[in-house]
Order: sequence, then C-alpha cells, then structure tokens
Amino acid sequence: MAETPAQVERIAGPITTRRRLALSPRARDNIAGYLFISPWLINMVFLISLAMLTSLAISFYDTDFITTFEPVGLRNYAQLIHDPLFYKSLVNTAYYTFGMVPLGIAFAIAIALLLNQKVAWLGVWRTIYYLPSIVSGVAVSILWMYLLNPRFGLINQGLALLGIQGPKWIYSEDWAIPSFILMGIWAAGGNMLLYLAGLQGIPTELYEAARIDGAGSWPCFWHITLPMLSPTIFFNLIMSIIGAWQVFTQSYVMTGGGPNNATLTMVLYLFRKAFQQFHFGYASALAWALFAIVMVFTLLVFRSSDVWVFYAGEVRK
Amino acid sequence: MTAVVAGSRRKRTPAQQARHIIGRILLYALVASGAVIFSMPFLWMLSTSVTPKEWVGAVPMRWIPPRIVISNYWTPWSNFPFLLFYRNTIFITFVNVIGVLLSASLVAFGFARIRFVGRDVIFLTTLATMMLPGQVTLIPQYLLWSRLHAINTYWPLIAPQLLASSAYDIFLLRQFYMTINTELDDAARIDGCGWFGIYRRILLPLIAPAIGVLAIINFSYNWNDFFGPLIYLNDPNKFTVALGLRLFQVGRSAGGGGMLDVRMPQIMAMTIESMIPVLITFFLAQRYFVQGIVITGVKG
Repeated sequence: MAETPAQVERIAGPITTRRRLALSPRARDNIAGYLFISPWLINMVFLISLAMLTSLAISFYDTDFITTFEPVGLRNYAQLIHDPLFYKSLVNTAYYTFGMVPLGIAFAIAIALLLNQKVAWLGVWRTIYYLPSIVSGVAVSILWMYLLNPRFGLINQGLALLGIQGPKWIYSEDWAIPSFILMGIWAAGGNMLLYLAGLQGIPTELYEAARIDGAGSWPCFWHITLPMLSPTIFFNLIMSIIGAWQVFTQSYVMTGGGPNNATLTMVLYLFRKAFQQFHFGYASALAWALFAIVMVFTLLVFRSSDVWVFYAGEVRK
Repeated sequence: MTAVVAGSRRKRTPAQQARHIIGRILLYALVASGAVIFSMPFLWMLSTSVTPKEWVGAVPMRWIPPRIVISNYWTPWSNFPFLLFYRNTIFITFVNVIGVLLSASLVAFGFARIRFVGRDVIFLTTLATMMLPGQVTLIPQYLLWSRLHAINTYWPLIAPQLLASSAYDIFLLRQFYMTINTELDDAARIDGCGWFGIYRRILLPLIAPAIGVLAIINFSYNWNDFFGPLIYLNDPNKFTVALGLRLFQVGRSAGGGGMLDVRMPQIMAMTIESMIPVLITFFLAQRYFVQGIVITGVKG
C-alpha cells in the first residue's frame, strides 16, 4: 500500500487516530466485529427473533388484525388436533418428504457416480443434468402441468410407446404426490454438483488399497465411497428435509391443492388460512406445528449422525 | 464404477480389456440416455412453443411441427404487460443480489476474521436459523409491513436481503474466508489497513469465485421467487415475471390448468422466455460456479 499520510487520513479519518489510542485492540475488535455483523444482527433480532415471539403470541389469539383480536389460549392448537384438513395436509406433506428426500439424494449420488467415471465431455453432461434445477418455480410447475397431462402430455405419450397406459398424474388422488416427486427427481441434478465435488475429494489410494485386498466394486462403494460421502449426505439430507416440508409452489400452481385435497400441503393450508381466510392466529399455530415437525426430523438426523456420518481424520471411538 | 476402480495403469489381459471396453460402452449409454431423458422436457417445451394452434395436443405428438409459428414468442407481449413484469423483476433481482452479497460478505468477514465477544454463540444461532421454516416469521413480518403501509411495494422483498437475510450465504462465505491464510491480514495491517481495508482490498477480491457462485444462486432464487411476491404484491402493475406468468397461464384458459388449451404454445413460449435470464447467467458464470462449489464443498 503506497499511500501518503494525507491519503490515509482521508480514508481512515482524522478522529480515529485519537480514538485508537484510547481503546485497547481487543475493544476495537469487539466494536469492529459487531459493526461487520450488524446487518445480520438487526435481521436476526427483529425480523427473526422478535417475529418468532410475536408469531407465538399471535397463535394464542383469534385474529384477522382488523376487526377481531380475541385471546383464545390454546384453542388454536386444540382445533388443529381435531382438524381433518390439517391431518390431510400433514399426511400429504410427509408422503412427499419421505418420497422426495431419499429419491432426490439417491438420484443425485447416482448421477454424480456416473459422471465421476472419467467420462469425456464432462462439462456438457454436467450442464444437462444440472439445468433443470436452476429453472425452478412457476415456470417449471407450468411446464410439468402440461408434461403430465394424461392425454397429450409427454410422459404418457412416452409410456404409451412402451405399451404402458399412464396414470392420470396430477388429476388423480393416488398419483398427484408421486407426480411432484417425479418433478423433484428431474431437478435432482442440483445436488449432484455437491456429490461430484465430494467424490473428487476421495483419495484414490483408498480404492487402490482396497483393490489389492481383493475388494470388488460393490464393497468399494459400500465401504469407501459412501462413508467418505457421508458428511455431504448429512448436510444435504438436513437441507432437503427442511425444504421438502415447505413444498408449496407445485400444489398452488398445478393442482390448487386438489384433486380432493390430495395435494393440500402444510404451507398451502397455512397460506389459505392466513391470506385467504384471514385466520392469522390459526395459521400461526400451524406454522409452529410445521416448525416443531421440522425440528424433530432435523434433531433425529443430528442424533443419528454419530452412527453413520464419517469424518476422515476423526478417530472412531 | 467398475471402470475407474479397475485403474488404467496396469496391463490388462485381452479378457480384461474386453470387459473394460464393454464397461465404457455401458457407461456412455447410461450417461447419454439419462441426459436425453433429462433434457426431454426442455425439448418438448421448445417444440410445443412453435406448434400451430391446430396441432396443439396432437397424439402422437410431432417433435417438429408441420408448420413453425415463431410469432408465439412476441404476440403475447402486445396484449399482456410482460414488459412491465420484466422491468419489475429485473429491478428487484438486481437490488437483491447486490444487497445480499454486499451484506453477507461483510457479515461473513466479521464471523471469519474478527475475534469478538459472543461471536461463536451468535454464529451458532445463525446456523440454527437455517432450520427455521420462513412461515414461522411470515405472519408477523406481514403484519409489520402492512403497519408500515408497505404492502404492494418492493420493501418487504428487498429489505431483508439488504440485511444479509440468507444464513446459507453467510455460512458459505465464512467457510471460504477461512481457507485464506490470516498472514495476509497481518501483512495488510502493517501496511496500515484497518478491518474494512482488509475486507475490501485483500479478502473480497480473493473470494470472488464464491461471490460468483452465490450471485448465480441468488439471481435464480430472486428471479424465480414466487411465495414472497404472491404474499406482498397484489397490484398487477407491481407483479414480477413469476406472478405474471402464472396470471397469463390461468388467464382465459378454459377447462382449468393443464387441460387442452390452444394458448399452450404461447404459454410455453413465455415460459421459455422467463427462463432465459437465469440460463444466460448460468452459462456466463458456469466455470466460476463449478469451481466455487468444488472449493467450498459442503462440510458439516
């Protein structure tokens, strides 16, 4: 840095020189640290923590924020337990999550394994598999609505070529959630990049050593590849679970929650309660139920991680 | 897997050689057929977008329609305010991407480089917020914005981003900062840099690949965001492309949703157009992107 004292003064300001003498380096670091994180801190205190408390408070009221504002204690939660639509949305979302998360991860790993085999034109393949994941949202939902059309949609026309009479997909109670899972698998390439990076980080000596000991490809996959990928799987698993419980756009755009509430997801139900029927208290209780569920599953994954997540360099107890 | 693990350095017997070749052929067949299946929806969309009305919904479909109607790509613009939707979306996306990258890179710097009281506790809390579904804070936030008369403005969509609202971005950038040797900080300090100087002149240029990755992720997130605009915007003049596309698709469509609709080619053309900005940024920054993912990896 070739700066004249005048330039330094212009950048740092003349006052700071005197201040610096007064404050210990540690105090200065404290101030600097909090200044740097201040945008996030404001966000975390007001838009998250305070909002959470408010949300909890609202869940004990029956309110539309305009005419009614009545404290009802735990009635919203009690009502939730007896609400068949809530159960329906819970079951639908759980169905989606338990289908989507394992399949999404399995497909992402499978594609990554394929592309990790020293294939030529890696960049081209990687892009093709990755693209579906970056065009998410409404556009994809609209596209798939037509792709899944029972009569003229691509999927059923393809199945017809194989002599299979395709189901009615999003227009059928039994196939609507599997339709969403199919869409999700199409976008599984998004996580493939993470696994590809993970695979490239596995030292080849491990495989060579296993070879010498006479291990085949399957044992190699099972005893080297999977354990070495487990930290990536762990992270991906948690993020996928959290994301899957919040599924919304597909059901809002493609099915509106139908047919016969077969795709009514928890967030869609919450959206209806809050922003179409203005039962903000009830919707808040619903949000907390969703939060509790996400927490339980995340903690379960965390708890189980001792058993199956393997960090290279860490000594197993 | 067979192929790589076998290793190519050792000499092979003819039988092994044959097995190796068959393995490679199978591998390429699998990779290529998977790629065909994954790109089919895009090709179908492209083909449908230029199909003339009378061929909509034909069974079996024709990948190359008998007559190609490119005008589907512009006629909807004259009777639907797509121009406005694009202008709105570009504005929001631009402000948000810059806002979140600027704030998140500052915050991540604080967590990665400066030792201050309570840092680790605050950082752990930050990570914990990743588990919080946005719906929990949605209603109070909506209440706040409506009290501030900010419904139907872009503030509710922009303000959180200016406040580094993505814990994921903060986490990723912090990981990236951590890979850079702290001796650089010390050297800069001797040269008279304060913390901000170290951030701006030394570290920010070094984490450019990570910023590149997050720029694409945030661009595509903001461009595609549907839930936020759906909640906060109800004046069609303020709509984003995502909302506008949905409005266009629902439009006058008879028989609801995805049933046979002569406007399908136009809807597909508009859908393709809505995807183009995200695709362009991805291709422009692709190298950065893959590199960045590889470097950051994701370690728990």
